[in-house]
Amino acid sequence: MPDGFIDAPVSIAAGAVAVAGVAVALRGARRELDDRTAPLAGLTAAFVFAAQMLNFPVASGTSGHLLGGALAAILVGPYTGVLCVAVVLLVQALLFADGGITALGVNIITMALVTVVVGYGVFRLLLRVLPKTRASATAAAFGGAVVSVPCSALVFTLIYAAGGTADVSVGKVAAAMVGVHVLIGIGEALITAVTVSSVLAVRPDLVYGARGMVKALELHDEPVRV
Amino acid sequence: MRTKRFFAVFLLVSLVLAGFVSYYASSSPDGLEKVAADKGIDAHAKDHSMKDSPLADYGIKGIGDARLSGGLSGAIGVGVVLLIGGGLFWVVRRRGPERDS
Repeated sequence: MPDGFIDAPVSIAAGAVAVAGVAVALRGARRELDDRTAPLAGLTAAFVFAAQMLNFPVASGTSGHLLGGALAAILVGPYTGVLCVAVVLLVQALLFADGGITALGVNIITMALVTVVVGYGVFRLLLRVLPKTRASATAAAFGGAVVSVPCSALVFTLIYAAGGTADVSVGKVAAAMVGVHVLIGIGEALITAVTVSSVLAVRPDLVYGARGMVKALELHDEPVRV
Repeated sequence: MRTKRFFAVFLLVSLVLAGFVSYYASSSPDGLEKVAADKGIDAHAKDHSMKDSPLADYGIKGIGDARLSGGLSGAIGVGVVLLIGGGLFWVVRRRGPERDS
């Protein structure tokens, strides 16, 4: 979202919420990161940046792109996932003039916090009821991602309702935003499921969200050298 | 697959996506941009304060060829995100001898 869509007071409040969210994520990420997962998390953030460049067509004259919160959370953990997307948004805004500076707070809330909380939450719920297989983890990743995008659009609409600068009815914005983002969510879910299943296929032990279920398969990643 | 090899492949995939595949991405407005334009949410939208950045809008100022300009800017973005993200995560990580299992 560029600057100017949301008024100053709500942008500042959103900025405060985003800072608090990132602070919580920084504390929590410590438990998720070690010598091996820290580089993986950096690579995951880079992958999210790359994938966000790939707009795919969803309807006449409209495209969508990955948000990546669900994907990052499943691969490297929810706290670290928030940080991955936040870093991407920061670099996009400061270097690529993509996404406003005063809009950063709103963008971090909608695209980092909401997608991670909803995407990872739904993923865990699905894993709980599905059999403990790799296919289930992929299906759960699809489910978490597909729900995360319309939820992000809904939260954007709520923020717009609180501080939108234009005089457009909230109902109309909600319907249009959620409608198109249901479609974008399908693209998000496909990319997320393909990526998660690819990593599960080669290194299941590196997927944070599948830790409990792949314990037995754990691999020794470096051969012993004498 | 060994960890280092896996990391290298993961990075290579990101570089190929940002540096090459991105050229073929849809240039239609994304969901938010489309709704904003259709419904008029963007009536008071402001120009980006970084619009004169040398990498603004995923191109490199001074490079005319769209494929080269966009691809290079994407690859630079992947590198910058990896450095900032990876650096942050490296600083935040748990230290100590215990191996994660």
